[in-house]
Amino acid sequence: MTCLPKFNRFALILPVLFIGLSACSPAPEGGGINDPYENLNRASHGINKGADQVFFRPVSGAYGAVTPAPVRRGLSNVASNLNEPRSFMNHLAQGDLDDAGHTFVRFLLNSTLGVLGLFDPATGDFGLEERSTGFGDTLAVWGTPEGAYQELPLFGPSNERDTVGRIVDIATNPLSVLAGDGPEIAAATSFPSVLNSRYELGDTVDGILYDSADSYAQLRLFYTENRRFELGGQSSAENAFDPYENLYEEVYEGLYDELDF
Amino acid sequence: MMNLISDPTRRRVLKGALAAACVAGTPAFALSEGEATKLINSVVGDINKAINSGKTGNALYRDFEGIFKRYADVPTIARSVLGPPARSASKSQLNAFTAAFTGYLARKYGKRFRDFKGSKIEVTGARKVKSFQEVRATAKLRGQSPFTVAFMVSDRSGRDKFFDLLIEGISLLKAERSEVGAMLDRAGGNIDKLVADLKKQG
Repeated sequence: MTCLPKFNRFALILPVLFIGLSACSPAPEGGGINDPYENLNRASHGINKGADQVFFRPVSGAYGAVTPAPVRRGLSNVASNLNEPRSFMNHLAQGDLDDAGHTFVRFLLNSTLGVLGLFDPATGDFGLEERSTGFGDTLAVWGTPEGAYQELPLFGPSNERDTVGRIVDIATNPLSVLAGDGPEIAAATSFPSVLNSRYELGDTVDGILYDSADSYAQLRLFYTENRRFELGGQSSAENAFDPYENLYEEVYEGLYDELDF
Repeated sequence: MMNLISDPTRRRVLKGALAAACVAGTPAFALSEGEATKLINSVVGDINKAINSGKTGNALYRDFEGIFKRYADVPTIARSVLGPPARSASKSQLNAFTAAFTGYLARKYGKRFRDFKGSKIEVTGARKVKSFQEVRATAKLRGQSPFTVAFMVSDRSGRDKFFDLLIEGISLLKAERSEVGAMLDRAGGNIDKLVADLKKQG
């Protein structure tokens, strides 16, 4: 019965959400990034970088060093498996029955044959790879613009749409239908998964955070472009920067300035 | 110079010449999907060879630098990355920047490609976007889900060359425009200092 209050909460959140979203800032034209909260975001970025330096980087390094790879992978699998019900619900909300069915079968296979999700036979033996989704994606499918860019303390890069998505994902985790303390379990299992990602992507993350002249701007670009790619699929090249057009523009601009037409 | 162009007839001639140059820049474009795909097949073939050559460190970076110089429109990319300051830069500054930037790119991305040993990149298709061609490829890494790489190809330089590389939608050109812009700010707008910094970076 613990599921009821959770769904009531969902019902409450929805209207609030749409009021909130209508106030979202419009996306800029031509593939730019709308970042009116840059000062605030840069402050969060400083916090996140500090947290990485003193905690996530060293702890994930230690975790990676002492925990054998299969164990790390297994724990990450558990966390992924617990997110499948959420993906399933959102695929349905997006009207994607194909991916919903795919995800449903994955969840059944990995929860049983995969020993509560410790292993991933769905991918390995059945060719059913993970098709993760969440409410941020659902909002995008429903036509909600991405809104302003945000970097959230501890949660990292996001935008107004994805932040609402995350909140709804946490508040409405369908896992609570299956087990009362589902969301708590999901949170607990996601921790080793986060450490494992930080460990496996170590060099890449280090490169962005510590070797870049402006790590905030790099992260902002990577997050935004990658999200647009995930959601738009084929259309990402439309936002490509055309150096020829812009180069000639710049060059001629300069000539016109000099010529004083 | 100012005296020269203050003469109205000359101004009109210059204006006409400029307009002609602008127009001439556009219809020269006739790159087909087949030609773009052919170029990227060669690029991908060379990258695969480099990754699986067993070379490491500087030897591998040199291979990447060679591939980049051969197939990418390096002068345009370098100018674009430098942005408006490219206009006021001297020819020797621009050359020094282009050389330093090329080496920096090879080291920076060569490090990433190093982890790709045993992987394979395959061209999957091409399509026209705006005034250029987008050629898509899939990179299959051992023990990881495959990811999409897209090359933007144009013949606006007079030859078929790629001018951008997108990995899972993330543009290398945009990333470096932002990154080099930040480095130039840090160098106080001094291109010579930027060149020196680039040689140390990556």
